[in-house]
Amino acid sequence: MNQLVPAGKRPGTELAAPETQDFVTMFIEGQLFGIPVLTVQDVLGPQKITRIPLAPREVAGSLNLRGRIVTAIDVRLRLGLKKRAEDKKGMSVVVDMGGELYSLMVDQVGEVLSLPAAKFERNPPTLDPHWREFSIGIYRLDDKLLVVLDVGKLLDFTRNE
Amino acid sequence: MDDLLSEFLTETSESLSVLDVALVNLEQNPNDPQILGNIFRLVHTIKGTCGFLGLPRLEHVAHAGENVLGKFRDGELEVTPDAVTLILQSIDRIKLILGHLEQNECEPEGSDDDLIERLNAMAEGRAVGSPAAPPPPSPPMPTFESVVTASAPPPPPPAPEPEPEPEPEPEPEPVKASVPATAPQPPAVAAAAAPPVPAGEAKESAVAAQTIRVNVELLENLMTLVSELVLTRNQLLQMVRGKDDSEFATPLQRLSHITTDLQEGVMKTRMQPIGNAWAKLPRIVRDLALEMNKKIDLQMLGAETELDRQVLELIKDPLTHMVRNSADHGLEGTDERKKVGKPEIGKIVLNAFHEGGHIIIEISDDGRGLNLDRIKQKAIQNGLATESELEALTPQQIYQFIFKAGFSTAEKVTSVSGRGVGMDVVRTNIEKIGGTVELKSQPGKGSSFVIKIPLTLAIVSALIVECAVERFAIPQISVLELVRVTANSEHGIEMINNAPVLRLRDRLLPLVSLKRLLKLAESEEEQQETFIVVTQVGTYTFGIIVDRVFDTEEIVVKPVAPILRHISMFSGNTILGDGSVIMILDPNGIAGATGESGMMGAGTRDAEAQTVRESHADLKTSLLVFRAGGDDLKAVPLALVARLEEIEVGEIEHSHGKPMVQYRGHLMPLIAIDGILNLRDEGRQPVLVFSDKEHTMGLVVDEIVDIVEDRLKVELSADNPGVIGTAVIAGKATTIIDAGYYLPQAFGDWFGRNDKEFGNADFHAPRVLLVDDSPFFRNLLTPLLSVAGYEVISVDGADKALALRERGDEFDAIISDIEMPGMSGFEFAAAVRADGRWGTIPMVALSSHATEKDFERGRMVGFNDYIAKFDRDALLQTLATTIAASKGAA
Repeated sequence: MNQLVPAGKRPGTELAAPETQDFVTMFIEGQLFGIPVLTVQDVLGPQKITRIPLAPREVAGSLNLRGRIVTAIDVRLRLGLKKRAEDKKGMSVVVDMGGELYSLMVDQVGEVLSLPAAKFERNPPTLDPHWREFSIGIYRLDDKLLVVLDVGKLLDFTRNE
Repeated sequence: MDDLLSEFLTETSESLSVLDVALVNLEQNPNDPQILGNIFRLVHTIKGTCGFLGLPRLEHVAHAGENVLGKFRDGELEVTPDAVTLILQSIDRIKLILGHLEQNECEPEGSDDDLIERLNAMAEGRAVGSPAAPPPPSPPMPTFESVVTASAPPPPPPAPEPEPEPEPEPEPEPVKASVPATAPQPPAVAAAAAPPVPAGEAKESAVAAQTIRVNVELLENLMTLVSELVLTRNQLLQMVRGKDDSEFATPLQRLSHITTDLQEGVMKTRMQPIGNAWAKLPRIVRDLALEMNKKIDLQMLGAETELDRQVLELIKDPLTHMVRNSADHGLEGTDERKKVGKPEIGKIVLNAFHEGGHIIIEISDDGRGLNLDRIKQKAIQNGLATESELEALTPQQIYQFIFKAGFSTAEKVTSVSGRGVGMDVVRTNIEKIGGTVELKSQPGKGSSFVIKIPLTLAIVSALIVECAVERFAIPQISVLELVRVTANSEHGIEMINNAPVLRLRDRLLPLVSLKRLLKLAESEEEQQETFIVVTQVGTYTFGIIVDRVFDTEEIVVKPVAPILRHISMFSGNTILGDGSVIMILDPNGIAGATGESGMMGAGTRDAEAQTVRESHADLKTSLLVFRAGGDDLKAVPLALVARLEEIEVGEIEHSHGKPMVQYRGHLMPLIAIDGILNLRDEGRQPVLVFSDKEHTMGLVVDEIVDIVEDRLKVELSADNPGVIGTAVIAGKATTIIDAGYYLPQAFGDWFGRNDKEFGNADFHAPRVLLVDDSPFFRNLLTPLLSVAGYEVISVDGADKALALRERGDEFDAIISDIEMPGMSGFEFAAAVRADGRWGTIPMVALSSHATEKDFERGRMVGFNDYIAKFDRDALLQTLATTIAASKGAA
């Protein structure tokens, strides 16, 4: 148990850790979203998805990711937005939640950003209640705002049943 | 080394390393009930297993340790560092004994009284010395002292007495083959030299090192990799196909073979027959029976049912526990059983099978059932419920309290059970793997537990079907047959107020449209042809309408994501060979969704019989009205009748005095409604055919009058068997026939499963006396015969059998060995025939060498038939026909 701290770790990196956090960014309807980079397993292009009858509307289906079954969630529907137009191809971010893999379907996946804690702000009270539920907070970027998604809540379907 | 012992050692050394850590944790968080519970269970398990293996020293130490831990758990003792030290010392002692056990296969000499005394003192709350560790009476560091004396001497004399020469057989033999004489020495020297040096220091178990326990996750990863390999291989094959002269063809062929082997190998690492988990049980039950002075017959059915290894590991302990409980609490003592008129030998039946995408394990006994009052009392005592709350509960609900932690109704804490760690562990373990455990109990008749484990991880063969462009898998095991319906086929799908049905061989099959059920989009154009998958859940048969049917495929069932688990239509999902994900339909869930409660297992048949008897009060039922044995009208629900047939009277044959007819390649017995068969002299005889799985029976009737749809409301119930009662059908008083009564008349084992469970009061099982001096054969045949529906009394000699005669016992048949010490089978038969009381009982001789001469001699002295010992089918058949023949003659 006392080996948890690697011996040769420089103090500088330790200090830096709380200062910035890395996010995978993604776009839905032009809005920038982010989720912590460490929760992300994979980024996928368009996939063949098997529909699951009787599943909640937001569950797009399931797909095979290297032998594992991944449940695809349509984040647009989850956020109360309209379904993506048929002709536009989307992308997905695969996250691990309690040992299960989920693929979050978004319009586009962007770069990884390292964001300083100083730019973080809590949800403005005027935010749509639907969004507020899935958002942890907002980062003020230079040119736009990034909404940090709460992956746990996004995948928690027990409350709206 | 004994398998049992080595497994015990492996297991225990694992538990012990867990214990060490847990105890230290406990010292740091003395009030964490979860850690305490864990420790307690571990020690309890160790103790329990020792008891069965006959390791008294270990058992006593563990028992004393458990006592102290029990007090901790109940909050009667405080967890102090001293106490933990003491427990750790007991653990050390256990390790020491185990180390010796591993080398010599026996417990070391010596006594643990000092340690036990201190543990008991602690348990009773007496002062156990001051914080300065061990108390004065025993010398300082008693553990190590006794350790050295205990472990040093053993090597020269291997064991005091229990087993004369335990060492020679296991180790040296393989060695001898390769290197003569010299090789055996080193281990012996090492063994002799090693102990004194590290003294009591428990070494890493060498037995544990012989097998490798691999993390299941690793296997799972392997499995995934192999699946990918298979997919890649398939792609390659696809590319090379059609290019005959490709230089890749040969290596690819090899690759393909290896991949297949690899896939099978990896799959095999995960699957094991459930019998492996049962291997220990007969011994445990035997020892228990001895200890408790009971007679127990343990029957194990479906041992070959394959289970995922991980699942198997997890249910092993619960199973052992439940069987132990049944033997200990469930079954009564011999005297008590006699008093209530039950057979002396208590029965515990373990039955495992696949059903509707689940693995079902039933554990039932014919003991006294659960004690409702004790459970109520305990529930109130433990504050689990108040008296008024209990009032509102049904007995079955109250029984569920035994699954709560700390609940034991045993009056006494015995070394076997009664500490209340039992059933909550059982349930926790089963629920951990997503299973459920159900409990049914009937006072005086016994209890049965039904464990239902989803096929998670297990491999099944599944039928792939298509519906509205989506593909689904249906577990092959619940598929009975496939029916293709085209627009111009003879029988199409008919609708009754939007409920689709299909006429299938004179029966109406309720249909379920998968499209409608799963709310899939209806395709616009009318389908030219559809397929119906005839599915069975329990005894409920229904058809699922699908668009297309593909092949069957072996699939690995994976659980669905948690967010989809509430959809009862699916039991899992899987990845097909082509890489696509498909959902696996759960026939149970579908049956449930269509209104028929998807009840599982044993209860189903009862439930269905019940429905026929009681309900249908307002529902219209199709009834078949007929005349038989008199002019009055009789009726039977049409759904129960498989077919209506007219049989040429000339085709009816008689065998053993029973009429039967060759029907669709099988013999079908004919039964008359009132026992008196009035066949027509010529022409055709109408017969109602009842069918259930492989059994078919014909009920002979005089005339089929009509098929009527009416309310089945029985207004007068009847007492005589075979009749449910009288109802008004189509304006006429009609006797409703209980088909269930006639079925067992044709086949003893028709309702076999019910009888095994609680004993069917209406139906008297034929009693068979088995005389054989070999315990092996008695053990082999007793379960075999009891499964076939006989009540078996076995004795080990002719004299014992004759003693039963003196006592006035009656039997329907006697099976006797020929070669027996004392009175031989021939003499025995002569003795039986010489006396009037058993003079007419049919006798079957069993012998390992059946020559023509023996046969002749057997006939002479009075055996009715003679069969070879290993031919079980012949035995069952002969027995059935002999009994039937003697009944017919009487």
